[in-house]
Amino acid sequence: MSEIFAYILHKNGKADDTAMELVAAAKKVDPAVPVTALVLGSAADADAVAGQAANHYKKVWKVADAALSHPNAELIRPVLQKILPPGAILLMPTDSFGMDLGPGLAVKMGGAYLADVVNLHGVNAGKLVADRQEYSGQVYVKVEADVSAGAVITCRPGAFAAEEAGGAGGAVEDKTAAALPLPAVKRTFVKVVAAEVGDVDITKSEVLLSVGRGIESEDNLPVAFDLAKAMGADVSCSRPIVDAKWMEKSRQVGTSGQTVKPKVYMAMGISGAFQHLGGLKGNPFILAVNKNPKAPIFQVADVGVVGNILEFMPALQEKIEEGK
Amino acid sequence: MEILVCVKRVPDTAENEIAVNASGSDIVRDDVVYSVNEWDNYAVEEAIQIRDRVGGSVTVVTVGDADSEEILRREMAMGADNGMLLSDPAFAGSDGQGIASIIKGVVDQGKYDLVLTGALADDGAGQVGGMLAALLDWPYASVVNKIETGDGKLTVGREVEGGNQEINEIALPCVLSIQTGINEPRYVGIRGIRKVASVEIPCKGKDACGMPAATFGAASAKVKKLNYFVPELGAGAEMLGGSLDEQVEKVVELLKAKGGLR
Repeated sequence: MSEIFAYILHKNGKADDTAMELVAAAKKVDPAVPVTALVLGSAADADAVAGQAANHYKKVWKVADAALSHPNAELIRPVLQKILPPGAILLMPTDSFGMDLGPGLAVKMGGAYLADVVNLHGVNAGKLVADRQEYSGQVYVKVEADVSAGAVITCRPGAFAAEEAGGAGGAVEDKTAAALPLPAVKRTFVKVVAAEVGDVDITKSEVLLSVGRGIESEDNLPVAFDLAKAMGADVSCSRPIVDAKWMEKSRQVGTSGQTVKPKVYMAMGISGAFQHLGGLKGNPFILAVNKNPKAPIFQVADVGVVGNILEFMPALQEKIEEGK
Repeated sequence: MEILVCVKRVPDTAENEIAVNASGSDIVRDDVVYSVNEWDNYAVEEAIQIRDRVGGSVTVVTVGDADSEEILRREMAMGADNGMLLSDPAFAGSDGQGIASIIKGVVDQGKYDLVLTGALADDGAGQVGGMLAALLDWPYASVVNKIETGDGKLTVGREVEGGNQEINEIALPCVLSIQTGINEPRYVGIRGIRKVASVEIPCKGKDACGMPAATFGAASAKVKKLNYFVPELGAGAEMLGGSLDEQVEKVVELLKAKGGLR
């Protein structure tokens, strides 16, 4: 194994929080191996973000070009192939960009691909042991990857405690010349269409009644809205409800939806996949009702009830109205 | 447009409580309900809609055992024109790249313009599509939630963070991984299944897939599963027992205390 690299995501000239999580993840691969942060972007972004990364990484490589102002995995993959040394281990966050870049890069570099790891147990004789989740987080699996020819590893955001200390005083090396000329690519970025704004802004709600697959049918939605009215709560939902077109995307909590920070979060029939929990911030009081006692939501909830939400919600509404 | 859709038969997490078996070698498979991977079902629906707009055909392919034929038949009942089962004991133990390699053999033998996969499956890796594209040297886009057909290219939307959509133009042929919610997959009734019940589904093994044996199977796998487990994650939620009436009474108390009633 030669070196470990950490891909730094950034937006509007600011490094993503995962930049500090990858410091911790790299130590769990091998604390003895030096780690280099990779910052690719437009000249202004690359400068700003490389400066921030140097606070957490001893070495930073930057590649600056106007064509890199929006991260296009089809362009960045051949660039990384060109500049990374053989056998490199690349860490990056699990997100829409990591999913775009990672699998193909691992193949092109002849290394292993480890997707969405939640823990790492170090390298021994060229083999890296990692923990992943399967079946929507219901079970974990320990895997062993042959990283002797390198690897691309996507790390679950939030799974590795961010090392915020900083003070690394890293040196920034400009690798732009090594990356040029940028290759022609068959996929071009056009634009980003911003998420639609709905009638309720759940990001401002203090109490959210959130419904998931357990609602079973669109016809049952009034059960949730009636309870929410009795509570003075707003109604949000998880991804399957939006996929089924039963509620607007603007009410979806999760990494691909809204990030909410209520005081109280009622997870009704929501399994608690990490993509959903990723949209829940500010340490709310979480009450979960789910018919599956093994649902991952019960690992993060404060209070749980194993049961059918279609019985629980009307009963709770009745009890609240009795007390008024 | 000739479209190949890669599908997988998986334990249905909406229908099953998934538990680890006694030795940790696998999940408990007794009495597990299987279905087509949810993401793949959206991919097949999208392929059918594209074919209906611009012509061509839809082929569904899976790497699996004989039981996997049922999901091919189901997707053919939805409207896919052809099914193909890739099955061989030598495929067992393949990692993501092994599966991608087996499918590459099929793509090389056909004349496909577009290959679709689901964005994720039961193992949560989301890797086969991107690996297949790399092996084919075709462009790739992941988590696609919109496709418009154009001349020799597609305009695709990708679901990126915060509910935003990233619009890209991508040249054909290409590989796309499809996100749930891109369409509303049609319902498949028992009559539809019956219609395709006797259709012959070709099966290809290790020789017919056309790829060198060193590119798939357990020996080629860079990633191996050691064991399944469920970690001790601290106390977790305080679980409320008792009757429904007692539970909701306690919840009302808690909500009052936490500011959940207004």
